[in-house]
Amino acid sequence: MLVSFLHRAVMQGIPLLYGSTGEILTEKSGNLNLGIPGIMYVGGISGVIGAFIYENSLENKADANGFLAIIIPLLSCLLGSLIMGLIYSFLTTTLRANQNVTGLALTTFGVGFGNFFGGSLIKITGSAVPSITLTVTSSFYSKTLPFASKLGWFGEVFLNYSFLAYFAIICAVVVSIVLNKTRVGLSLRAVGENPATADAAGINVNKNKYFATCIGSMIAGLGGLYYVMDYATGIWSNDAFGDRGWLAIALVIFTVWRPNLSIFGSILFGGLYIVHNYLNDIVPNMTMSKQEIIKIAPYLVTIIVLIAISTRKKRETQPPASLGLSYFREER
Amino acid sequence: MAVPAIELKGITKTFGHVVANENVDLVVNRGEILSILGENGSGKTTLMNMISGIYYPDEGHIFIDGKEVTISSPKDALDLKIGMIHQHFKLVDVFNATQNIVLGINEGKFDIKASTAKIKETCEKYGFEIDMNKKIYEMSVSEKQTVEIVKAIYKGADILILDEPTAVLTPQETQKLFNVLRKMREDGKSIIIITHKLHEVLEISDRVSVLRKGKYIGTINTADADEAILTEMMVGEKINLDIERSTPHDSVDRLVVKGVDLYNKEGVQVLHDISFTAKSGEILGIAGISGSGQRELLEAIAGLQKISGGEILYNNPKTEKVEDLKDKTPLQIRNLGVRLSFVPEDRLGMGLVGNMDIVDNMMLRSYRKGKGVFLERKKPKQLADKIIEDLQVVTPDTKTPVRRLSGGNVQKVLVGREIASSPTVLMAAYPVRGLDINSSYTIYNLLNEQKEKGVAVIFVGEDLDVLIDLCDRILVICGGRVTGIVNGREAKKEEIGLLMTKGYKAGGEADA
Repeated sequence: MLVSFLHRAVMQGIPLLYGSTGEILTEKSGNLNLGIPGIMYVGGISGVIGAFIYENSLENKADANGFLAIIIPLLSCLLGSLIMGLIYSFLTTTLRANQNVTGLALTTFGVGFGNFFGGSLIKITGSAVPSITLTVTSSFYSKTLPFASKLGWFGEVFLNYSFLAYFAIICAVVVSIVLNKTRVGLSLRAVGENPATADAAGINVNKNKYFATCIGSMIAGLGGLYYVMDYATGIWSNDAFGDRGWLAIALVIFTVWRPNLSIFGSILFGGLYIVHNYLNDIVPNMTMSKQEIIKIAPYLVTIIVLIAISTRKKRETQPPASLGLSYFREER
Repeated sequence: MAVPAIELKGITKTFGHVVANENVDLVVNRGEILSILGENGSGKTTLMNMISGIYYPDEGHIFIDGKEVTISSPKDALDLKIGMIHQHFKLVDVFNATQNIVLGINEGKFDIKASTAKIKETCEKYGFEIDMNKKIYEMSVSEKQTVEIVKAIYKGADILILDEPTAVLTPQETQKLFNVLRKMREDGKSIIIITHKLHEVLEISDRVSVLRKGKYIGTINTADADEAILTEMMVGEKINLDIERSTPHDSVDRLVVKGVDLYNKEGVQVLHDISFTAKSGEILGIAGISGSGQRELLEAIAGLQKISGGEILYNNPKTEKVEDLKDKTPLQIRNLGVRLSFVPEDRLGMGLVGNMDIVDNMMLRSYRKGKGVFLERKKPKQLADKIIEDLQVVTPDTKTPVRRLSGGNVQKVLVGREIASSPTVLMAAYPVRGLDINSSYTIYNLLNEQKEKGVAVIFVGEDLDVLIDLCDRILVICGGRVTGIVNGREAKKEEIGLLMTKGYKAGGEADA
């Protein structure tokens, strides 16, 4: 049972890992993108739309091309989340709108956008249940390593995942290395900490903010795609994504803006998110209300971390100094 | 023999209707140290910001090595080998020295270790001592400044601009800095140093250029200069402003400040043993280079800052009792009739809320009055109408947000509100900053009216002509110490100018 718990925790954690990696990259540029939940949602539905169009263009679902089945939803997901990132960047960086308001508006918009197209697609299929099933696409997305099942618990915990899950970990590691070990990362962090200093050093502040936010949005969008295609086995139903987007933002704080820690943090959060299902067998009388209390664990942990980093005041664990502020050179 | 490194011709820059620089010419030669001297607001920093690409000039030309150049961003300045050390350091706090220095350099392999070694070589050459792995937030001000200078040199700067580099340094640190600057001069670099401190100008520079009120006054060789000549160039001819000034009558001591010491948040002592008396029916001027402790002094009197020593005695005209303001809350002090109409750098920062209309801003002072849970709006509305009428505030109506009014009108609203409560002590800091002539006179007349009513007015100003013509007595402070109290009717501009800077002798150790 522990093995299956760990396996589910990882699967639950992957969307959070994508979301938090994207958000950390964005926040390091000084953009507090609270639109992440909406962007992940749009990433999900964009992938669904891509997959839906491809599946419906096939005469016989059996001769679906694996490459196309993967690349079409992937590209449409990236495109959808890129557009969201561009909207956010344009509003906050070019027009210098308030970041909190813009982010929250994008979240509301993203969820509305997703539900609208989700609802429309459900109507087109004329399905009896309020969901779209994309089993063909999902079957390619959830392909795991072939020898994983032969390796017992080791295979189940470490190897039995789809390519998007491994890609999430690669993403987190790459972002971590870029941020801390490269010139690009140094410039980007300078922009998030002190844009005036970065500007005086000849770094293009706006370009950095745009790139970080857009790439961050695309990474976060993949979290939505992974959720639908692998975790939910290709079944989209409106609002099923739930509060995972906010959990991803909480994870950013929990891991004190370090994507490499996010890898473990996301699995922990994923585990806390589903642990109530497993407690049924151990703790007697698991009622609905008790389950809900356990579900708040990730948020509780985040608050505790926030208290801890705020009281310790160690500079390295503080958010980027200019997070949430817009930059204008001639401001006096 | 002298080879010009950088040449400015006819530079003009305006912010809105405020002219910061007007037709300024300037030449800096290779291998020399040029001081730029000027009072507050004379446009020194603005001029330098145009060379370093922070601002773009409205008019004029810049030549480097005889070729005309366009500097439209800090990057352009770097490419032209111009490095500026700003008054507020441009460093990333959570990075260490090396990371800050290599920031923005796009050549070669990214290798922090190799860079550290290379930077160390530069440091040894000029005699800098700095721990490359120390984070900026762990550093002292002087260490941060060193990082800034090393950064500029490492990036290949041939022309180095330092904006008031000694303002934050101890005398020993200043000497160290000067030694480094001299070494750089020998190395053929051009150095521009902005400062108010006359003795430093005389000590370090080869030539001095003087700016006054945004205009270029002239340049002289330091060898031919002395403090008197420089002060005269800096403050200029006395201009008669024709401000009406009545003789104070029935003056009594209203506010007696005795030996006040104050430390700021960083633990730096900003007020040293300040003592003076403000009398009723009199305008007491406070003169000093900005940042000499004026703001802290007023805030201490208003109860907004805690003093660590001394006392502030208030002679209450109602009860004839003497009370110490030190132990009172800002609200209690206000209720005694001590009013602070503080106008900081960003006009709206303290005193008014920009997004609220005039009536709402009136209510900031009166919302505690009135019964019941709802706010009393009628009286503030009447007051707003009265201020608009009496002071000729130009506004569409009382419902316009204050931030949309022009600077002068904002000031009128603020001062009008403070005097409406018939104060006994009125403190006004820079109330005419950025105002046109007419608005300024309205404010002067207001202050004079208050004085005639028997209010003790404390006026912090930066224009010496105004201080001399408006105030009965002028308190001069320098580096947080009182360097003199002069009679406004007899004072000479040069005298005040010297008092404002003399305390800096031996680097901040006042000899008053």
